[in-house]
Amino acid sequence: MKAPPRAHPLWLAFVLHRVSGLALALFLPAHFWVLANAVTAPGQLNSFLHLTEQPLVKLAEFGLVFLLAVHFFGGLRLLALELLPWSDTQKTLAAGAVGVAVLVSGTFFLNAI
Amino acid sequence: MSAENGSLKVTVWRGDGATGAFETHEVPRQESQTVLDVVSWIQQYADPTLTYRFACRVGMCGSCAMMVNGVPRWTCRTHVGKVATGDSLTVEPLRNLPVIKDLAADMDPFFDKWVKAEAVHHPSETRHDPIRPVDTETEARQQADVGIECINCAVCYAACDTVAGNPDYLGPAALQRAWTLYNDEREANPEAILDAVSGVGGCHNCHSMGSCTQYCPNELNPLAAIAGLKRETTKRVFRRRRND
Repeated sequence: MKAPPRAHPLWLAFVLHRVSGLALALFLPAHFWVLANAVTAPGQLNSFLHLTEQPLVKLAEFGLVFLLAVHFFGGLRLLALELLPWSDTQKTLAAGAVGVAVLVSGTFFLNAI
Repeated sequence: MSAENGSLKVTVWRGDGATGAFETHEVPRQESQTVLDVVSWIQQYADPTLTYRFACRVGMCGSCAMMVNGVPRWTCRTHVGKVATGDSLTVEPLRNLPVIKDLAADMDPFFDKWVKAEAVHHPSETRHDPIRPVDTETEARQQADVGIECINCAVCYAACDTVAGNPDYLGPAALQRAWTLYNDEREANPEAILDAVSGVGGCHNCHSMGSCTQYCPNELNPLAAIAGLKRETTKRVFRRRRND
């Protein structure tokens, strides 16, 4: 049977938290592989670091920082929801987590370009 | 009630959960018509074999909840004018529950979980004891007072995606009832409640999606109740460690 419409703020916050977590988990092996190059193949690492000067890579990095920030602040929101005394401002907190993530990743991006 | 112009195209589920099909009826549109009025009209004037459940018709008994255009609602308090898409209405039995027949869902799994959550009163006194006044001003009592407004309609249970994905999950209504009793100063065994809700399928299975609170027709907040249980069960872990 069809599920009821889910487009309400806390459900969207749940999905964003899940998807950002999954995407970060998928990114981690690549991240470690590049870092490992510092030990095993410094030359290769250097050429890869040149690649990160490309605008497209900067944009991808902005995406990564956004995912990390939204997962971090979304996680803090969940901890507050579950461990602090109840507050009726849950939707505001969810929106705030996204807002702060945009601010952090936006600042990173403006710095990078 | 005066008849308005036009009619509604109402699609209702017929059959049990596994086998069945949708059936469409033309129902005359009326002023201030509720979804329950529409379902009753079909049964009284079009097809007397249509099975559905209702009792009070005023939003107190919690027996008439159904899926209306894909949304779980108390049908007796849901006006057609507010939920119909154009002239059409689709009515199905509640999601996440087995279907007995047509629009009547089997509520057994729903209420079995109330018992599993220890959401049953453990009396601390007998009828022979004098009646002890309850302080209505305490924070715990205020929490319990909100929770007792639940009418057991299972709308939250039908709205919950965690229930849909995990058959063991106790669900928002049972957990809210557990939280209500936990906060009741007359409850003799609050620890038994925490035991029951911290196990498999308990409060920690909740992903805080908040669909229960979003769709509760009585505007209660099962999400807050479940968060309360999460908090108390977590606190208890540290309390126990300290006492060891």
